[in-house]
Amino acid sequence: MRATAVPERVEAEAETVRTVGLCGHEVALDPAGALWWAAERTLVVSDLHLEKGSSLARRGQLLPPYDTAATLRRLAALVETYLPARVVCLGDSFHDRRAAERLAPAARDTVRALQRGRDWIWIAGNHDRDAPAGLGGEAMAELNLNGLAFRHEPRAGDCRGEVAGHLHPAAKLRLRGRGLRRRCFVTDGARLVMPSFGAYTGGLNVLDAAWSPLFPPRGFAAWLLGGRGVYGFPARLLLPDAA
Amino acid sequence: MDDLVTDPEAGLLPEPFASWFAEKGWTPRAHQLDLLARARAGRSSLLIAPTGAGKTLAGFLPSLVELSGMPRDRKGSKLHTLYVSPLKALAVDVARNVEMPLAQMGLGVRVETRTGDTPQVKRTRQRTDPPEILMTTPEQIALLIASKEAPKLFQNLKVVILDELHALVTSKRGDLLALGLARLRSYAPGLRVVGLSATVADPDALARWPMPQGTPEDKADLITVKGGVAPDVRILEPEARVPWAGHSGRHAFASVYEAIRQTGTSLVFVNTRSQAEMVFQALWHMNDDGLPIALHHGSLDVQQRRKVEAAMAAGVLRAVVCTSTLDLGIDWGDVDLVIHLGAPKGASRLAQRIGRSNHRFDEPSRALLVSANRFEVMECQAAIEALRDGAQDTPPPRRGGLDVLAQHVLGTACAEAFDAEALYDEIVTAEPYADLDHFTFEKVVDFVATGGYALRAYERYAKIRRRPDGKWRLSHPSIAQAYRLNVGTIVEAPMLKVRLVRAGRSKALAGGRVLGEIEEWFIEQLSVGDTFVFAGQVLRFEGLREAEAYVSRSRTEDPKIPSYQGGKFPLSTYLADRVRHMLHDEAQWRGLPGEVGEWLGIQKARSVVPEAGELLVETFARATRFYMVAYPFEGRLAHQTLGMLLTRRLERARARPLGFVASEYALAIWGLADMGAMVRKGRLSIADLFDEDMLGDDLEAWLDESMLLKRTFRNCAVISGMIERRSPGKEKSGRQVTVSSDLVYDVLREHEPDHILLQATREDAATGLLDIRRLGDMLKRIRGRIRHMDLDRVSPLAVPVMLEIGRERVGGDAEEGLLADAAEDLIEEAMGAGYGGSGARGGGG
Repeated sequence: MRATAVPERVEAEAETVRTVGLCGHEVALDPAGALWWAAERTLVVSDLHLEKGSSLARRGQLLPPYDTAATLRRLAALVETYLPARVVCLGDSFHDRRAAERLAPAARDTVRALQRGRDWIWIAGNHDRDAPAGLGGEAMAELNLNGLAFRHEPRAGDCRGEVAGHLHPAAKLRLRGRGLRRRCFVTDGARLVMPSFGAYTGGLNVLDAAWSPLFPPRGFAAWLLGGRGVYGFPARLLLPDAA
Repeated sequence: MDDLVTDPEAGLLPEPFASWFAEKGWTPRAHQLDLLARARAGRSSLLIAPTGAGKTLAGFLPSLVELSGMPRDRKGSKLHTLYVSPLKALAVDVARNVEMPLAQMGLGVRVETRTGDTPQVKRTRQRTDPPEILMTTPEQIALLIASKEAPKLFQNLKVVILDELHALVTSKRGDLLALGLARLRSYAPGLRVVGLSATVADPDALARWPMPQGTPEDKADLITVKGGVAPDVRILEPEARVPWAGHSGRHAFASVYEAIRQTGTSLVFVNTRSQAEMVFQALWHMNDDGLPIALHHGSLDVQQRRKVEAAMAAGVLRAVVCTSTLDLGIDWGDVDLVIHLGAPKGASRLAQRIGRSNHRFDEPSRALLVSANRFEVMECQAAIEALRDGAQDTPPPRRGGLDVLAQHVLGTACAEAFDAEALYDEIVTAEPYADLDHFTFEKVVDFVATGGYALRAYERYAKIRRRPDGKWRLSHPSIAQAYRLNVGTIVEAPMLKVRLVRAGRSKALAGGRVLGEIEEWFIEQLSVGDTFVFAGQVLRFEGLREAEAYVSRSRTEDPKIPSYQGGKFPLSTYLADRVRHMLHDEAQWRGLPGEVGEWLGIQKARSVVPEAGELLVETFARATRFYMVAYPFEGRLAHQTLGMLLTRRLERARARPLGFVASEYALAIWGLADMGAMVRKGRLSIADLFDEDMLGDDLEAWLDESMLLKRTFRNCAVISGMIERRSPGKEKSGRQVTVSSDLVYDVLREHEPDHILLQATREDAATGLLDIRRLGDMLKRIRGRIRHMDLDRVSPLAVPVMLEIGRERVGGDAEEGLLADAAEDLIEEAMGAGYGGSGARGGGG
């Protein structure tokens, strides 16, 4: 028997974007799961995992083949909103090494259209070490910009000014008796780990042991992606999965 | 019935059977001879008989007689009779019972079982060297027909015996079996089917189920055995008073123990596994007489279950606490008393469970019903009256699921290339799929091949491909391997093995005896050192390694027990109707035990007791909140759906609802606006609120975000093969190779809302977790018959559901105390001052 809370109107501040400090810089967290660095007119997204659907189809799981289109559509909306001078895809943009080759012509066109008139950077990830062939953009192992380092895998230990992805952070909370699990940004003010952006990407609970080399226990906050806003919670309020 | 049998000798027992019966001092029963005669005439039959009528022997006798007259050195597959049961334990038990006469008559007929527990080596051998009689389950049939050996294996098959058919036909396992049966018929034309069933509401519908539809022989001969002596069923009147709410039945444990002590052998039925653990634990604590009491449920290790079953059959146990795993016809030897803890939920279900007591046909079965709360007292009484009237409320056979069909289509290709037209013709002979249209079938084949998407992206990854000869063929052998891992229709929560080690050995977690399996979500919420009850003992959690949980024995007596998950089965429509009538008839409820009469009396004085056809809706304020409580009596699932839809409407009406809780009998919604006042001022109409049109747009809108629909989708996605089952050992890389079904659901709903798997999901939701169909019937029924009572305080009838608010996962003594205080206040408010004290008996109405 479970008392079910009715989803209430989100009692959030009017702005949908939250600005947080990162090593002296101000960066904005967008509820779509992107980071906007206004000072550099740079938009950052991580772990797009394009063509994950077709990657799994090769192994016999015929999931709906709409994940790439869904992911690119959300990315296009962000580009249209911010009109960035630079877009950084923080690695694992493609689910496997052949994924870029499998892009449908329409998806290829979308990517090219998005790249027009701006810098486009593919940071290498563990799923996509090589630059995507014939897709434009610049491939890099990491990008250092005005004191912030953008790379795919966060480095263990103290690492100031790092923006990374790879871990697909998700956080769980209990609100009015109802469990809620969402993708999130994780930051302690010195380092920031981005949520995964791809339609078929899951999340790893930020209380999992994999996080302990990165953040001091309870010394970080998770910014959960809501429908209309980003909501910050200190680590002590978060729950492990299945609790 | 006898006009079919022209040969007067046909029903007579040949040797050595006649002598064997005589030696035992038995006379064959009329229905046993009847089945024999019909078998000789090549007829299929459905035998409907109460427990204890010798159903199993009747089913097997024709096969045994036929086999005894056959030469030993036959050519080809020896497999003559397939016996299919919904339970592994039943297959094992029946095998034991059939082996006995075979051995005593020296017939030299081999009987084997084949279940998920059978070792792989033996299963492989059975495919090439089968026994004459194979006892198995629907999943194993699906596996067998998906193998290349299938045509050879089944070429000489003569008989399929379907045991507990009434239970099989209401689930997706039944869909799978019906499709398997259609396939077996094409391998073995002339196949005879013997259905064995408990009494059902619609025998004719059931007689069609095992037969090929659309052919002249579309209905099995119906043989009905009337019930024996009427059972002796009573409601247990415990020393302690019946609680207002809850499901544990804890107040009655002492009386249950006493009943066990005074009886030879008892079966104690409970509704859930965690309740079984709790009851067993409690009985052991009061077991000063050292009675041999055992525990039996589906998560226990097989060896342990077999031990309990054997001990019970040998008559050395005084009681077994069990769940529905023992619902069906396992022969326990002599059971003197069935104790049913918690409400029975359905009249036929209760009849079947009571049938477990006393397998002697001519003596009355004895049963005690223990109500866990006050509404359950009425439910138990209604069930007893239904039993007296011989009323049945079994659900009708279901329409076949498209997800199961997809699984079957792929299984078909695993055996050999198939022609789509021939397969369609075969499938529509299966009763659950008799109405399947050709267009939908084509969509299912397309789904199996490439996912069935409008965007044709997966042609090169097709699982099956159409060859130039027009036949569909598997693209790669590895697909058959994957199919074998995914077969079946039961999608369980992921389970972990539980191993017993010595305390404090968390450094070296390894080895240890396997106690059974437990849900992953439960283990994940434990910290090392937490205690819980499992396999009948208090265990301490030592740690988790890979897919295994390590535990040690604990000395504590106050464990953290798995939280109650609610009854698995919703209250049957029939029993609900009876309870509604009872509620209105004061003469009936005055005599009920457990202060129920007094409770309803005060309800009548303070609010109203609704008429049978009415829906009572009460509004009142309490503390800082406003409540609306409705009493539809339609089961928790339908109430939950109703609650979701009503809160949406109330939100639009600016009643600012905050939440709701649903029980089997009632629904309580609370919010910040005074809903009673809104009705008085004409700002809210109760009739509009409960209008049927909520099943239109509101339902659609809610379904889109419903977790329940996502869970339903997950089941369909797994059964249909879109998503692979999670299997132990794969978890490590889980993040990379699997996608959460919720994400898949979101993407599919957005891009292809008419996809066949979403269609299957919606069909499931109508009868399954959302029970929309039942909700629709209710809304129709109560139209213009809603009785709204605007009260100045909580009513007595509302107390049970109000107590469910905030009940979930209360841990520790302090919280327990808080909850208890809250409950006392509530009861006092509803019933009048001086009533609340736990020891005090109320001053009456």
